[in-house]
Amino acid sequence: METLSYRHRAQQRMAGSKSMAIIGVVASGNLEVLAERVLPDTECQVDISTAAEGFGAVWEAVVADFVERSSPGGLKFSINDGGARPDTVALRLAQAVRLIEENDR
Amino acid sequence: MSALLTETEDKPQTAWDDAASWYEASARQRVRSLLDAGSFKEFIGPEQREVSPHLRVFELPEQFDDGMIVGRGRLSGEPAFIAAQEGRFMGGAFGEVHGAKLTGLLRAARYVKSIPVLILFDTGGVRLQEANAGELAIAEIMRALIEARMAGVKVVGLIGGRAGCYGGGGLIAGCCSALAVSEQGRISVSGPEVIETNRGVEEFDSKDRALVWRTMGGKHRRLLGGADAFTSDTIQSFRDIALHLIRSAPGFGMDVLKAEQARLGERLERFSSCADALDIWKAEGVPDAEAVPAMPAEDFIAVANKVREPRYDAR
Repeated sequence: METLSYRHRAQQRMAGSKSMAIIGVVASGNLEVLAERVLPDTECQVDISTAAEGFGAVWEAVVADFVERSSPGGLKFSINDGGARPDTVALRLAQAVRLIEENDR
Repeated sequence: MSALLTETEDKPQTAWDDAASWYEASARQRVRSLLDAGSFKEFIGPEQREVSPHLRVFELPEQFDDGMIVGRGRLSGEPAFIAAQEGRFMGGAFGEVHGAKLTGLLRAARYVKSIPVLILFDTGGVRLQEANAGELAIAEIMRALIEARMAGVKVVGLIGGRAGCYGGGGLIAGCCSALAVSEQGRISVSGPEVIETNRGVEEFDSKDRALVWRTMGGKHRRLLGGADAFTSDTIQSFRDIALHLIRSAPGFGMDVLKAEQARLGERLERFSSCADALDIWKAEGVPDAEAVPAMPAEDFIAVANKVREPRYDAR
């Protein structure tokens, strides 16, 4: 197992009032993303625990691209990864953001 | 690309359709779409990170909910406790935390007495990496389930997921007040490969998918009486059958146990000489038994109800 952590400055606070969202399943080629609104509005963090070791550079690129596109200010993402490909990771991160930016019922 | 093509992941609930497939849905989708919109409140949710203490030792990835979702909500306005296994995480297998969450839910139901429990099974059995803890969990769950039933709680199992309901999951299912199964749901203790490994291919050929389905699949379980109801593979039909079984499932007491014992004894007597499920269906008087595997759900439900009325005195 390998753990990675990336912290970025975000342009703006992610919209919505939900405090938490979860998406995905830990299975071969899949991952789960837990998003929590626990950070200051201009910060975001992505913590990764992965079974596939040695892909730090790819994770770093995928996370940087995601922060650039979504500006998820205030969110902490925790990932349990079962060896997902970068496109699946990007999809899950986008889904997590979509879920948490809804307003709480 | 395959990861994207096969994707049926969580969407906002408003976009989730009652006609969606139970089999394809994730455990969280099943819970949220089965219960009344917005009513689900999770106990020990993923944000609490109550993960397996064992998987890390084996360098295996954890899941924040350990593959078991428990909580409460409303079903058609009435309160319900609910537990759901995620069949894609470690085959929905029982580990220490996974099992403890279900045990706790059943103990809460026993304490409250008036609120039924829905268990959305999707499991291959006990997780081998935490086998002892998993086996103990199965025993604890069965005890908690029976104690809840003794206190008057209806416990209804719903089976229609990818992993089926195997191993200890099959034992727990057998303890429920009532079970509903879809065609895709399989109920058994030993799986096809396990039987073949232990008893040889002559005993059971796990590669023979038609044999596997007609021996362990939902239709056979319904015709044999192992499952009380058969349902088509949609969220809506699982919700309808859950409501029906909560209302109709028998209570728990000596009369019900005796009736169940009599039912099982009678079954053994009638069918012990049958070599194949097909022989059992014929012996039960199913017209055109060969057509059962390909029969659409609605037609099969009609046939099954004609051949075998659900027995509400036994379980």
